[in-house]
Amino acid sequence: MIIIGALGVVLRKHPVHAALSLVLTLFGIAVLFVAQHAEFLAAVQVIVYAGAIVVLFLFVIMLLGVDQVENLKTEPLAGQRWVAGVVGACLLGLLGAAIYTGADSVISRGEGIASNVAGDNPDANIQQLASSIFSDYVMAFEITSILLVVAVVGTVLLMRRRTVVKS
Amino acid sequence: MNALIVVPTTTWYLLLSAALFTIGTVGVLVRRNPLVMFMCIELMLNAVNLTFVTLGRRLNDIDGQAIVFFVLVVAAAEVVVGLGIIVAIMRRRSGITVDDLAELKG
Repeated sequence: MIIIGALGVVLRKHPVHAALSLVLTLFGIAVLFVAQHAEFLAAVQVIVYAGAIVVLFLFVIMLLGVDQVENLKTEPLAGQRWVAGVVGACLLGLLGAAIYTGADSVISRGEGIASNVAGDNPDANIQQLASSIFSDYVMAFEITSILLVVAVVGTVLLMRRRTVVKS
Repeated sequence: MNALIVVPTTTWYLLLSAALFTIGTVGVLVRRNPLVMFMCIELMLNAVNLTFVTLGRRLNDIDGQAIVFFVLVVAAAEVVVGLGIIVAIMRRRSGITVDDLAELKG
């Protein structure tokens, strides 16, 4: 299902259909997060990606006109699809080979992930993640907050219509 | 009964992630619409997130999930800025593809 959604992003002509396929993929990945005991990240994935980012994409698509169906039949650059297919196959083969050769060399070293299912504390995953973020990575957390503010201010400045300054 | 349920291993998660990343890469290389290219970049980011969570579980370490949190934040900021740039360009010249954006060529 995830692969179908991902292929839909690439292959659908209409940008709206591509965005909806992206929602399918994102929900599938959220389900896989739940399956791997990352419940908080699954919730964040659904809220931030499927909720905010895809809505933003759809909003921009609607803003720029929905009827821009891309012509996928013609190839703008000669041989581009072929080269892209070869590059993709090479990348997939490389990653697959790396996964197969390196899968056994991964050794568990951490202190363990608290699971919501195993323990009797229903918020164990969130508590452990929060203690990790707010103690070990609190500096990175603050920097991401600065990054978000800079992004928001920059976008607002970018989108502002130029007005004549009366002095 | 239990034999019918296939438990996906770490390798399968990683292979799925690799497939998603490859699809995103080919999408960026093939598509011309800048919006769809952005969606393909999101696809690649999600593939990497899946890898982080999978290896975090395999390594029994919460740091994998912590870094996915930061990747989500950075991806949100990146989408906001990128879409702002796309809208600013499209406002001036409507209906273009990335091939037409050769103004900065020296």
